[in-house]
Amino acid sequence: MSIGRREFMQGALGLSALAALHGCAATGKGRGHVVVVGGGFGGATAAKYIALWGGGIRVTLVERNAAFVSCPISNLVLAGEKQLSDITLGYEGLAKYGVTVVQDEVTAVDADRRLVRLARGGDLAWDRLVLSPGVDFLYDDLPGLQPVAARQAILHAWKAGPQTVALRRQLEAMPDGGVFALTIPKAPYRCPPGPYERASTVAWYLKQAKPRSKVLVLDANEDIVSKKGLFMKAWADHYKGIIEYRPQSELRDVDVAGRTAVLEFDKVKADVLNVVPPHRAGDIAVNAGLKLVNQRWVDIDWLTMEATGTPGVHVIGDAIFPAPTMPKSGHMANQHAKLAAAAIVNLLSGLPPPDAPLVMNTCYSFIDNISAVHVSSVHAWDPATRLVQPVKGAGGLSPAPTEAEGRFALSWAKNIWADMLT
Amino acid sequence: MEEWKVAGALVLGLACSGAWAADPNLGRNLAAGCAGCHGTDGNSVGGTASLAGMPRDRLLARIGEFRSGAKPATIMHQISKGYSDEQLALIADYFASRKPAGGER
Repeated sequence: MSIGRREFMQGALGLSALAALHGCAATGKGRGHVVVVGGGFGGATAAKYIALWGGGIRVTLVERNAAFVSCPISNLVLAGEKQLSDITLGYEGLAKYGVTVVQDEVTAVDADRRLVRLARGGDLAWDRLVLSPGVDFLYDDLPGLQPVAARQAILHAWKAGPQTVALRRQLEAMPDGGVFALTIPKAPYRCPPGPYERASTVAWYLKQAKPRSKVLVLDANEDIVSKKGLFMKAWADHYKGIIEYRPQSELRDVDVAGRTAVLEFDKVKADVLNVVPPHRAGDIAVNAGLKLVNQRWVDIDWLTMEATGTPGVHVIGDAIFPAPTMPKSGHMANQHAKLAAAAIVNLLSGLPPPDAPLVMNTCYSFIDNISAVHVSSVHAWDPATRLVQPVKGAGGLSPAPTEAEGRFALSWAKNIWADMLT
Repeated sequence: MEEWKVAGALVLGLACSGAWAADPNLGRNLAAGCAGCHGTDGNSVGGTASLAGMPRDRLLARIGEFRSGAKPATIMHQISKGYSDEQLALIADYFASRKPAGGER
């Protein structure tokens, strides 16, 4: 413990920050210190709402990137309709809530001693920890993609940022008449309708710029996972002869030099090959030794969002094993964050967590540069199963894509980004 | 008839409010679910209705119209059906108590 604190004193935060953080965690003054790891839809929202509701709880958000880049709307960057700067936001707005933002990476979690270790050196002590690590990709079964250089050539662009820009460049460089192939892993994966949205917005771009080109969707699933009827109709109406959908086409390996997707019974050569690999909870949650479901997703208690068997460590967002029918989405992570925030504020005040959590989801998908469709759902606490279950009769789909919903999709993004960060 | 049922539910909701004292933050927590689209504390940054400071009855009337289908919607008719009358009353009370950010946004 003392070594950790000494290291920390020498770290980037400096003495005054140390005194502030140490003072709370160690002396019990105020109402405690919460460390949030990961500044995406889940973590940034959690940090803000714990500070907003916490009445004196100190909050430190540790995020390795200098700015937040949104996955939602990033498929419009691939289409050339938006720029990366349109989906990039800073963390400076969190300061007014009293959140301390530390640009660093957590390399280890010690749940017994209530510490996290930082990559730049030093530890942070916490009374409660929120992990919102998103997902990391599994390359174990894709030997061709194990070299780092291979992953710089064959992109996922399933975490928005430099890969989004790089994939856009590959699409721009693709010749007219080329093939863009997108592989989709078996569900559950981040953003169920996202791959089909990507096929649509890339097809829209190619239809304008390179009309002889093709979009080939190689889906490991039995069928389109989300908004099936809406995507099938949009593809038939707008992208006939451009989008080809192949279900039950699980990726087995990649021939990187040949830009070829190796399937069980087939090999598919592409001009631009975009592989969304299978994924699981972010590394930090796995390395922390939390209980996983199917060796991939963190098992949690829906009343507190704490990892099962590890009190004090709350996990939110794409990393968790979802409740029935619940998608891995930015909107859902924002909602998880508020459940965790309310529970943490109560628990640090010696109160029980709220006993009837309720969350809702809205996912918009663009089918071209301006028109969108949505899926919505509401999930309420069910004491019998101790899960949040979909509320019958609530939620649903758009009847058809509209430009009005495209505008709502953009205003949704602006509002949820503001709800996280400003 | 439908209006009568809603009104009855609201009266019942008020009558039961003592039971909710166990969690004085329930309205706040439920309303936070709306913030993803309608802004923190109901202060929308654009494109959706700002709910902060909206009189309780007005908000409940609007939601009631979405639920019944009287007012066409793209999504609120689906989402509003996921909440009980009691939950909606708590949400409306919470937003009514919030300060609109007004010109700041």
